[in-house]
Amino acid sequence: MALLEIKGLKTHFKTDDGWLHAVDGVDIAIDRSETVGIVGESGCGKSVTAKTVLKLIDMPPGKIVAGQVLWKGRDLVPLGPEEMQKIRAKEISIIFQEPMTSLNPVYTVGEQIAESLRLHEGLSRKDALDRAVDMLKLVRIPTPERRVRDYPHQFSGGMRQRVMIAIALACKPQLVIADEPTTALDVTIQAQILDLLAQLKDEMGMAVMLITHAMGVVAEVAQRVVVMYAGKVVEEAPVRELFAHPRHPYTQGLIRSIPRIDLDAQHKVRLEAIPGTVPKLIEPAEGCRFAARCKYAVAACVQATPPLREAAPGHKVACILDVAS
Amino acid sequence: MTAPLLQVKGLKKHFPLRGGLLQRVVDHVHAVDGVSFELAAGETLGLVGESGCGKSTTGRCVLRLIEPTAGEVLFEGRDVGAMGGEEMRALARDMQIIFQDPFASLNPRMTVGAIVGEGLVIHKLANNARAIEERVAQLLQTVGLSADQMRRYPHEFSGGQRQRIGIARALAVNPKLVVCDEAVSALDVSIQAQVINLLEDLRTQFNLTYIFIAHDLSVVEHISHRVAVMYLGRIVEVAPSRDLYTSPKHPYTEALLSAVPIPDPTVARKRVVLQGDVPSPIRPPPGCHFHPRCPRAQAQCKVEAPVLRELAPGHVAACHFPN
Repeated sequence: MALLEIKGLKTHFKTDDGWLHAVDGVDIAIDRSETVGIVGESGCGKSVTAKTVLKLIDMPPGKIVAGQVLWKGRDLVPLGPEEMQKIRAKEISIIFQEPMTSLNPVYTVGEQIAESLRLHEGLSRKDALDRAVDMLKLVRIPTPERRVRDYPHQFSGGMRQRVMIAIALACKPQLVIADEPTTALDVTIQAQILDLLAQLKDEMGMAVMLITHAMGVVAEVAQRVVVMYAGKVVEEAPVRELFAHPRHPYTQGLIRSIPRIDLDAQHKVRLEAIPGTVPKLIEPAEGCRFAARCKYAVAACVQATPPLREAAPGHKVACILDVAS
Repeated sequence: MTAPLLQVKGLKKHFPLRGGLLQRVVDHVHAVDGVSFELAAGETLGLVGESGCGKSTTGRCVLRLIEPTAGEVLFEGRDVGAMGGEEMRALARDMQIIFQDPFASLNPRMTVGAIVGEGLVIHKLANNARAIEERVAQLLQTVGLSADQMRRYPHEFSGGQRQRIGIARALAVNPKLVVCDEAVSALDVSIQAQVINLLEDLRTQFNLTYIFIAHDLSVVEHISHRVAVMYLGRIVEVAPSRDLYTSPKHPYTEALLSAVPIPDPTVARKRVVLQGDVPSPIRPPPGCHFHPRCPRAQAQCKVEAPVLRELAPGHVAACHFPN
């Protein structure tokens, strides 16, 4: 049994113009100790999917219209706020993109790490603060005994993201959802944080759901990759397989549109841009949502939504054509 | 040999920091701390570095959008800093900028036609409404939009389309030099590729010269002929873009390049992970600004600031112990 199994999930939002189908029938499974990358561009639904797992969506305007979120076999969708509280931070925790807005500016970082320890593990204030020092040490923050009493504004961006990781890992969750954890950081700091996450994953053995728009980050961190487009999963494969043999025209386009610093000039070709823009997701019509931008599209593409099918062992694609890469 | 289009010599920009009851100047942020480079016509120079390294401030000082504290900027041999109002306005035609944020850099209350046509009116490049409209239509087509979109407002466009509007606005006055300040950074990769290709086409079509400022090394390496790497207000290395990647001389460049994630899981790499954060530009470290984080730092690095010297043809670096 998968640790987390998202089945047919649909999260829609009510807007003035109608229902926005942000997540529109998504299936993703994550095994124990596995790192799965969810990649896609702005508005593809990757973040909403992650937030729906922990029910961090404002409802209304959001609504889980259909589907299940099976956590170790138990569906989280019908659970009330108290029951979700027992799962958040304790069993599944989340690291957000912007460490400044997700930390509380009026509490010390020690108190913020201690909060979930006191709530979930019933530790006393003093014991929880001692554990907070251990957690800061774990995320390689220098002089943790002193820094535990500092406030978020006294930390740099990279250090704040380390604090966020310390909070997320304090109760030793089995799954960490990292929602664009390095997007706001400079590239050398990003490298530090990605290395740290990989080391901690090896030490603690949790599963990681890494949400990112950066194909480079996915290539370096994930074992398996899920590509999303316009609220749907369009492709899923082990990481090497995905980059070596992308099967969906969107994945292929995405890989070819990135400038490659590691390639020699003679290999360097003009970037292959994907024409057009992402479709509007307000009550979308049937059919493949990528068809309008797809150079291979045929009439059948817009008649029915292509199902996610297994094209090779462990390699799924939602495309009716067999487009060789 | 022809004179370079642009020469920047010893450029400095120190922003005053005020504090205390009387808001006296208590210190300075050394945003740009002695930057020199040259740019030939038709060339693209990439300017890379992490947040706070001074790359954007350098770009803005070149255009005199910010008054530099010290140093010279020579455009076609003329000193930009010494120019008066009339001369400066004429120069503004030759130098244009494209900003990062396609949402903040377009006036929401102006139509696209008015935004793109504004430069034509200011510089009297078209003498009647009809001529302006024709030129705007032509510009919109050049950047891949359609002429009938000129009566629409910016909010009706996507991020990528807005960036095209910003490019059309810059091109309207037939500039020679365009500063692209993180011009593609806010865009999704599939859209980013469209805009990069457009910028490359326009360079050839109109013989443009670019200063391409960005934090994304892959993008900069792709579009630039030469790349200058900045760290804490100084240029630490300049090289033809391929040479910079294949044989970086400065340890900072090396670390920066090794930190770029490569979208290919089969590429195994040795990563130089830098310890700590970039120090504050208020009191930058003495000597070489990079020495506190440098894996190769020696005693000399703490006291003596290295100067840029040529280590290979066209390849300069400011390091006492280069590769």
